[in-house]
Amino acid sequence: MMSQNILHKEGEVRIPSGCAISGIFSKSGKKVNGREIIKSIATMHDRSNGLGGGFAGYGIYPQYPDAYAFHVFYNDEDSKARCEKFLERHFDVINLSKIPTRKVAAITDEPLIWRYFVTPLHIKLMQSQLSEEEFTKRCVIHINTQLDGAYVFSSGKNMGVFKAVGFPEDVGEFYRLEEYDAYSWTAHGRYPTNTPGWWGGAHPFDLLGLSIVHNGEISSYDANRRYIEMFGYKCNLLTDTEVITYIIDYLANEKKLTMEEVASVIAAPFWSTIERMPQKQREQLTYLRNTFASLLITGPFSILVGFEGGMMALNDRLKLRSMVVGEKDDTDMVYIASEECAIRVIEPRVDRVWSPKGGEPVIVRLNPDAKV
Amino acid sequence: MMIRPGAEMHFQTLNEAIRSTPDTDVMIENCLGQRYIGAGLSGKTIVINGTPGNALGAYLDGCTIHVHGNSQEATGDTMNEGTIYVHGNAGDATGYAMRGGKIFIEGNSGYRTGIHMKAFQEKVPVLVVGGITGSFLGEYQAGGYIIVLDLNHQSIEKNCNFVGTGMHGGKIFLRTEKLPPNLPKQILASQATKEDLKEIKPFIHEFCEAFGREEQEILDSSFYVLTPNSNNPYKQLYTRNQC
Repeated sequence: MMSQNILHKEGEVRIPSGCAISGIFSKSGKKVNGREIIKSIATMHDRSNGLGGGFAGYGIYPQYPDAYAFHVFYNDEDSKARCEKFLERHFDVINLSKIPTRKVAAITDEPLIWRYFVTPLHIKLMQSQLSEEEFTKRCVIHINTQLDGAYVFSSGKNMGVFKAVGFPEDVGEFYRLEEYDAYSWTAHGRYPTNTPGWWGGAHPFDLLGLSIVHNGEISSYDANRRYIEMFGYKCNLLTDTEVITYIIDYLANEKKLTMEEVASVIAAPFWSTIERMPQKQREQLTYLRNTFASLLITGPFSILVGFEGGMMALNDRLKLRSMVVGEKDDTDMVYIASEECAIRVIEPRVDRVWSPKGGEPVIVRLNPDAKV
Repeated sequence: MMIRPGAEMHFQTLNEAIRSTPDTDVMIENCLGQRYIGAGLSGKTIVINGTPGNALGAYLDGCTIHVHGNSQEATGDTMNEGTIYVHGNAGDATGYAMRGGKIFIEGNSGYRTGIHMKAFQEKVPVLVVGGITGSFLGEYQAGGYIIVLDLNHQSIEKNCNFVGTGMHGGKIFLRTEKLPPNLPKQILASQATKEDLKEIKPFIHEFCEAFGREEQEILDSSFYVLTPNSNNPYKQLYTRNQC
């Protein structure tokens, strides 16, 4: 377990409590400035309590499209030196710098925050006999579990996560989000349930560009954790969002399920609903439920899953959390948020606003001719 | 009084302004997510253009509220008296625990519409939805009327799963030819008779007046009425009770 700068670690204190999520997606690949997503999430200020805020932007690093962009929190210079030594042994570091921030009164106790654009060292990759993704993933998990005081909180290509303890609008200000343009943004305002907030525990959670923001509290955490840890993931944050990230990574990237199938596993319909389906659909859903029984996520949640070229929104099957989708046809924009006001504030003239059903995934992707 | 909260004004400021104005007519322009509008108020008419936040008209005690736009979650939470008209759609848990007054939604309403509605003596709440609702309609309903009209033919049968789960009082009227599946066995569902429809005629009338619909056309269609099948339908649910 890594040491932390804060008084209590996640899991030591239980705080019973909602959260806010928001997403902006441009199907044409047009870049949207970071100010827009801040404006959206700030409208739902009262859904968070200042203990965590964060953003994920896709398409923000077009200058290094093929390098993994590691965003790392360090407790101190020692942990930084240890981690950098590890990075140099495994990766070709193309560029490294502090992540630019500005002083914001409401954001305090910041760790050292660094960014590295890296590609796996050819020889190391060959020796490992792993795919580039698997190699990089294992390195990230290694740093986060073995290197005390270092935490990689973003590791995708041409994307980045920015998060902190604070209200999301202050976090956006702190990270100078107005300097980034993305075709896809997600945002989170945290109101921690069960655990006190710390920087790493803020959302989004990311693993190699698969990022999650989550509003809810899953009651299947331990069952899910025990199962997913059999496949090399380490749930060291004790937060339910982390386990959701690993489940989706496992199903989508390891098992190569489509996002629609992933949704049918984690928010599977009731058996009574499956029974009434046409035969083919019934067989498919029965297969998925039986095969991945331990990955059913129960309890209330609404999540936004960001991935390269797309975004998925999903509610738990009982729909115990609010979520609305707004679409604007002439600009090819899709907006998803916990509350409609968070969409209207940035696009008052949406063509449609609707609420997906519980367990009904909404998946948006870049148009085939989109350039990002 | 006219007020433009935009996204910047906090709900506390907005609600304080509404409460303290001597005006009985309040107009809110460009409303963006402010919660609890009209909470506990009586004697005012509030017109909202935009998107009011959660718990619009919570504990409402006798105002008339018109929303030109969609309302979010828990519209009319625990309201006691008054009327809310939403010229649009409503979010989840519309009419949550309402114990009096009326809510009219022109479009659709979300999951758990009418959850925990209750009635006592002269207090009989009424909730009319012009479109359809999400699943768990009338969950734990204990009293009052829930009426779903499906005027745009989106299919109650296909969209509303688990209607009346835990229902033990009140009535649900569904304008449909076919009942939704999965009705709990504690619910009695039957084709509405002329007598049944007479009960809800004034509410349909009020809905049609508000949203410009043809009353007779609605009343001439097939309705089902859902009620709990006894006074104590869950007596045996968890344990064998002697009584």
